[in-house]
Amino acid sequence: METQSTYNYKVVRQFSIMTVVWGIVGMLVGVIIAAQLVWPELNFGPWFHYGRLRPLHTNAVIFAFGGCALFATSYYVVQRTCNVRLLSDKLAAFTFWGWQAVIVLAAITLPLGLTAGKEYAELEWPIDLLITVVWVAYAIVFFGTIAVRKVKHIYVANWFYGAFILAVALLHIVNSLAIPVSMWKSYSIYAGAVDAMVQWWYGHNAVGFFLTAAFLGMMYYFVPKQAGRPVYSYRLSVVHFWALIFTYMWAGPHHLHYTALPDWTQSLGMAFSLILFAPSWGGMINGIMTLSGAWHKLRTDPVLKFLVVSLSFYGMSTFEGPMMSIKTVNALSHYTDWTVGHVHSGALGWVAFISIGSLYYLLPRLFGRDGMHSTKLIEAHFWLATVGVVLYIAALWISGVMQGLMWRALNADGTLTYAFVEAVKATYPYHFVRLLGGLLFLSGMLIMAYNTFRTVAAGRPVDAKIPAVAAHAH
Amino acid sequence: MSDFVSDFWSIYITVIVIVGIVGLTYLLFSQSKTTVQKGEEVKTMGHVWDDDLEEYNNPLPRWWMLMFYITLIFGAVYLVLYPGLGTWKGIRGWTSVGQYKEEKAQAEAKYQPLYDKFMKMDVKTVAADPEAQAMGKRLFQTYCVQCHGSDARGAKGFPNLTDNDWLYGGTPEIIKTTLDNGRHGQMPAFGAAFGEEKVKDVANYAMSLSGKRHDAERASRGKETFTAVCAACHGADGKGNQALGAPNLTDNVWLYGGTEKTIIETVTNGRNNQMPAWKDFLGDGKVHLLTSYVWGLSNKTKAE
Repeated sequence: METQSTYNYKVVRQFSIMTVVWGIVGMLVGVIIAAQLVWPELNFGPWFHYGRLRPLHTNAVIFAFGGCALFATSYYVVQRTCNVRLLSDKLAAFTFWGWQAVIVLAAITLPLGLTAGKEYAELEWPIDLLITVVWVAYAIVFFGTIAVRKVKHIYVANWFYGAFILAVALLHIVNSLAIPVSMWKSYSIYAGAVDAMVQWWYGHNAVGFFLTAAFLGMMYYFVPKQAGRPVYSYRLSVVHFWALIFTYMWAGPHHLHYTALPDWTQSLGMAFSLILFAPSWGGMINGIMTLSGAWHKLRTDPVLKFLVVSLSFYGMSTFEGPMMSIKTVNALSHYTDWTVGHVHSGALGWVAFISIGSLYYLLPRLFGRDGMHSTKLIEAHFWLATVGVVLYIAALWISGVMQGLMWRALNADGTLTYAFVEAVKATYPYHFVRLLGGLLFLSGMLIMAYNTFRTVAAGRPVDAKIPAVAAHAH
Repeated sequence: MSDFVSDFWSIYITVIVIVGIVGLTYLLFSQSKTTVQKGEEVKTMGHVWDDDLEEYNNPLPRWWMLMFYITLIFGAVYLVLYPGLGTWKGIRGWTSVGQYKEEKAQAEAKYQPLYDKFMKMDVKTVAADPEAQAMGKRLFQTYCVQCHGSDARGAKGFPNLTDNDWLYGGTPEIIKTTLDNGRHGQMPAFGAAFGEEKVKDVANYAMSLSGKRHDAERASRGKETFTAVCAACHGADGKGNQALGAPNLTDNVWLYGGTEKTIIETVTNGRNNQMPAWKDFLGDGKVHLLTSYVWGLSNKTKAE
């Protein structure tokens, strides 16, 4: 049978193209809300108000852009490292159309103000149910493919993708438990501090498993492939994998320092956040050391540049995170722009860079080309994106620390030195620089879209043949 | 009060945390013994995926292991010193509530003498003291601006504090009472009792009281209703009653607005408004300074 002798690249192609599309949409909304912070008069009507567009931005970049990138790469990687076609083409197609439906529903309901009110879990219960069904289908396709693999050993990238799929299922279901009162309104079954804890157990592990573990899976395939070098250390990958997935589960309470959350929970959250530092860096070390010996390729290969820089930002933000979880630091950083900057050094610097690098590797192979239409445009994209992230993060570091210091400054009589609005005024220039950074990043994505279009237009869809398993692969 | 509904959960948490930290340490230790001799070539694991994907098996970097051990030790020590293991209070006996109380006590010890100094002076003297005025202004900018505005001119529903027009009275004693205990201003709704036409009549009469343009015919009809009902609080002459907080309707100062539409809205639905009480939150010293500052806002010349 023809379909049994080739890999299913169709679903990979679909998700890859939509990654570029949703990346542009999500980042455009990001640029719009950044502009609204500089010019509040850009809040038009209730539907385009900051409060409604902000969750649209986060959902679009995390679940639409990031999610499509993960579907695309995990389906590609699991097939190629298991030497077998996806378990079911129909189920795989269902996950594609189902996931797109979720995204479109999010894009409609969030501006309408329909929200469960939980950060990164805003979507209302009917959409939550659809997500659950799609996710179960995803798990069946992914683990089913591993079950029928032709290679004995399971490649490290698949451990990370697998952990991500299982953990996200658990997180999504537990945090979204709610009692519907109407078609588009439901109330969480948890109350008060418990609700807050469940929410941030979810929220932090969404970062840990969706935005970290899964993208480490991506890293473990595309970095050694693009560098043409073996992974640095199997032993390191084992240690940091288990340490990472165990420890992440405990770190959530650091989002709720100095709140009504009990003291013991806050302490545990901080202690485990610090312990999380080394396991996080294990992935960076394995990535960077894999490249060592191929450094000369960096001069000519912008795809490799994306991958290396993504690992650098990954290392930086996973150092910054544990540091910000220390209560004393958190007392300054919490509720300021610093947190927003931290998230973006992870989201843009790590998640977007590794996805973009991986897509540049993937797209030509999916469309029967030797490379992207233009390497120069990849180079241009790289520099726009890099300068964009640096501007973004630096601006919010400065404004975040400044806000923290202004909020706590006291006069000799114990009164606050600054009224709140003075701190708001002081952040204007930095919010403008942040907008510039976002614009640069977005324009890089537009170049990518053009490059992708030219690559696809001149190519044709190709489904690679499944090679016979070599003897030494067991 | 314990954070746990039963001892089971305390033990549950403690066991998982200890097993977790010990387990991570063991995992790290078990993988830390291999080293590579100088000149020895590192071999791959012998597995190949997807044509060319292979894995070396380099030993864990020493500096990384050290870092990992340090965070594990830090975590363990931290959880001995601070609460974290279920109901274990931690050797240092630290609580967030305790820290708050301690910081508050320190602040009070440090700042109280400043406020004590002014407590001995009467409001009018304090209002003339530049240092006290600066402190009062800073307090106002922190606690009062949210409603009364940074210029103290108020907003719809929030009184202007600079115009010497007072709902409850503007003597130092009354301002202090307002700050200490807050105020709850209420006007009943008359929409159902009066009906639409009568409400409009009364509204026009109210407008006539402060010389605004109005429908004279309606106003004369409204006067009857006013005398029978509204005068109970606002007085027969409409000059209000500060004991009740009933506004003077003759001075063209409007808390919610003086257009016909707004007055109809006020009469129809009534108004319900609240200023919070500050005595317990701020304490006597700060209330005293704020009283002087607010009094001074509309008594600039008398204060000097």
